[in-house]
Amino acid sequence: MNFEFSEEQNLLREQAAGFLGENCPPSAVRAILEGDAPYDADLWRQIAELGWTATTIPEAHGGLGLSYLELCVIAEELGRAVAPVPFSSSVYLATEALLLAGSEAQKEAWLPKLADGSAIGTFALSEGPGQASPRSLTTNASGGELNGTKLPVADGDVADFAVVVAKSDAGDGASLHLVPLDGGGVSRQTVETLDPTRSHAKIDLDGADAEPLGADGEGWALTQRLLDRAAVLFAWEQVGGSNAALEQAKEYAMGRYTFGRPIAGHQAIKHKLANIYVKNTLARSNCYYGAWALSTDAPELPLAAATARVAAIQAYYFASKENIQTHGGMGFTWEFDCQFHYRRAKLLSVNIGSEGVWQNRLISAIEHGKAA
Amino acid sequence: MDFSDTPAEATFRAEARAWLEANQPTEEELAGLGELEQAKLWQKRKFDAGWACIRWPKEYGGRGASAIEQVIWNQEEARSGTTFGVFGIGQGMAAPTMMAWATEEQKREHLPPLASGEHIWCQLFSEPAGGSDLAALRTRAVKDGDEWVINGQKIWTTGAHFSDYAILVLRTDPNVPKHKGLTYFFVDMKSPGIEVKPIKQISGDSGFNEVYFTDVRVSDAQRLGAVGQGWQVAITTLMNERAAIGGGGGGAGFRQLFDLAQRVQIDDRPAIEDRSVRAKLANWYVQEAGLRYTGYRSLSALSRGEIPGPENSIGKYVGAAKGQDMASFAMDLLETSGAITDPEFTDAAGLFQAAYMGAPGGRIAGGTDEIMLNILAERVLGLPQDVRVDKGIPFNEVPTGAS
Repeated sequence: MNFEFSEEQNLLREQAAGFLGENCPPSAVRAILEGDAPYDADLWRQIAELGWTATTIPEAHGGLGLSYLELCVIAEELGRAVAPVPFSSSVYLATEALLLAGSEAQKEAWLPKLADGSAIGTFALSEGPGQASPRSLTTNASGGELNGTKLPVADGDVADFAVVVAKSDAGDGASLHLVPLDGGGVSRQTVETLDPTRSHAKIDLDGADAEPLGADGEGWALTQRLLDRAAVLFAWEQVGGSNAALEQAKEYAMGRYTFGRPIAGHQAIKHKLANIYVKNTLARSNCYYGAWALSTDAPELPLAAATARVAAIQAYYFASKENIQTHGGMGFTWEFDCQFHYRRAKLLSVNIGSEGVWQNRLISAIEHGKAA
Repeated sequence: MDFSDTPAEATFRAEARAWLEANQPTEEELAGLGELEQAKLWQKRKFDAGWACIRWPKEYGGRGASAIEQVIWNQEEARSGTTFGVFGIGQGMAAPTMMAWATEEQKREHLPPLASGEHIWCQLFSEPAGGSDLAALRTRAVKDGDEWVINGQKIWTTGAHFSDYAILVLRTDPNVPKHKGLTYFFVDMKSPGIEVKPIKQISGDSGFNEVYFTDVRVSDAQRLGAVGQGWQVAITTLMNERAAIGGGGGGAGFRQLFDLAQRVQIDDRPAIEDRSVRAKLANWYVQEAGLRYTGYRSLSALSRGEIPGPENSIGKYVGAAKGQDMASFAMDLLETSGAITDPEFTDAAGLFQAAYMGAPGGRIAGGTDEIMLNILAERVLGLPQDVRVDKGIPFNEVPTGAS
């Protein structure tokens, strides 16, 4: 047993932190928040040049063939920087879906482009308010064409293709489809969200060209496997964000004076920050286990992923809201950067299943016999 | 990173498991013995086979095992179901302090009987006027030749009534600021002048005591660290205490609550099917797993021979409150029957009711929740210390309440 990242992985973390510190400072995040650009294209190009988008793609498909531990390290740093790029959609979801269910031809067509960042992929499940299920889905396939509406789809306005979950009469009631988003029968509309640093769209499919990804009637099972894998990576982003929020709160509290001393010396603030640290630490430790389960495709993955995801949702929400409170009125101003984390924390907590969904999955995993 | 056993670790686990399975005390062996005697029987058996305090060096009664092997052993012993708590303070706190500060001769004399369960140790730190502000303790030690003469009172001493030895911090100089006037000793609990009075807790149990000292004499050779260095030595003990109390599982944990939620009904369905029940259980699982893996991660530091750091305060802070909330919720699931403690009618042998009544103590013992948060804030996050109006003032000039 060994519960640490390797020296090489820690070196990668330092490089990633250094790169993002230089190329994704708060001013870059703010530029996307306040501007019209859907994402930071320059940063995205540099990230692709560093090979981050290629991390887990096999070398045969133009990737680096590294382990998921490396991807977890990168995810944490992207989360810390609140990076305004379509990384999670393209890497944790679209790339993973292809690796999980893609045919050789599909992998050949898309993985090299995903690896070098020339293509962006995304994953389209939601069809409006509430939790999607095979029963609730209305998007359906007939004769190689898809009809329906997906809303919201993260990075749906900038992606080149989407992995779309559609209703099916077969098997588990769903199937996955690979849909080029510049093809016929697709119309897209940008949708404003709580976190403008991450772009979203409504995608209307009206006889859209689509090819099946994986077997018809296995789409729901594939979706669950995909979400288990993505949950660990999202959790690492959330942990990165939680720690950044704690650092932000600490820095402000050390410099802000009331009653003749830094507010960081008052117990009310000390205990608040200590409680953030506690939640962050529990989340990080659960993420370690999740990273291991993901990297080894262990049978414990569903439980490990749900545990990491629930812990990370709670930690980031708590850190991001208490960071604002620590800043007092200034934290509530547009001018201050506290809002980045508060926005991103909520976005990340709803975009692949909310806290309640994952709490339920966690208990289900235990019921299905993985040791508690 | 690898959470699974290496081949060598798997071999060690199999060996540990096989020994545990072959050597469980039988019901006949345990019949008629009190809990203390049962614990001593099991500890001696482990010691004789080289399975006691396995991380300790062999010359002190251990096995010279690695930190990882200790974890494996703990997992396997917990799995076997045979664990006793009475040695925790001696082995978990007194022993690491002795290892760090005692002479070689003292270690060879005192550590093996600690490992074998022959000697039980307690920890005499807290006083009526020195709890959260531990360094405000007043029990005096005055030098008299090669001995010290002790007068005063300790309180909240777990297991003092059956302990053979104790570690203790005493005030040796009241004329200097409070942290500087302390000195650390160990003492034979059978020394003349020591009187132990049990304290009845809200649970009805009497796990801890008041301990009175009247002209108790202790040899200067039983001093650990220099005169005036007692606070620094105490920190060694306290860091291990937080690791020990926080690390302890057992009792009303997630598994027991999960089982209960499968047995009782809400709206004619098993409670475990209720989404609000699932959410609560998931949160506690997240905490329990988070603490487990945090413990694993701190192993790397322990493997390098470091003492447990202040970050271990998390375990005790989260674990104690979690236990209280889980016990409370378990009783809610039992509805009206949740109140029953009568052995004839209670559920799960009264596990949850006992945990509920014991939990407030867990949130105080070894440092209150608030003290834990201060430790995390100051020693881990590096935030400023609290304002201390007694700072730099000779101890005997510090204002006190009624006394």
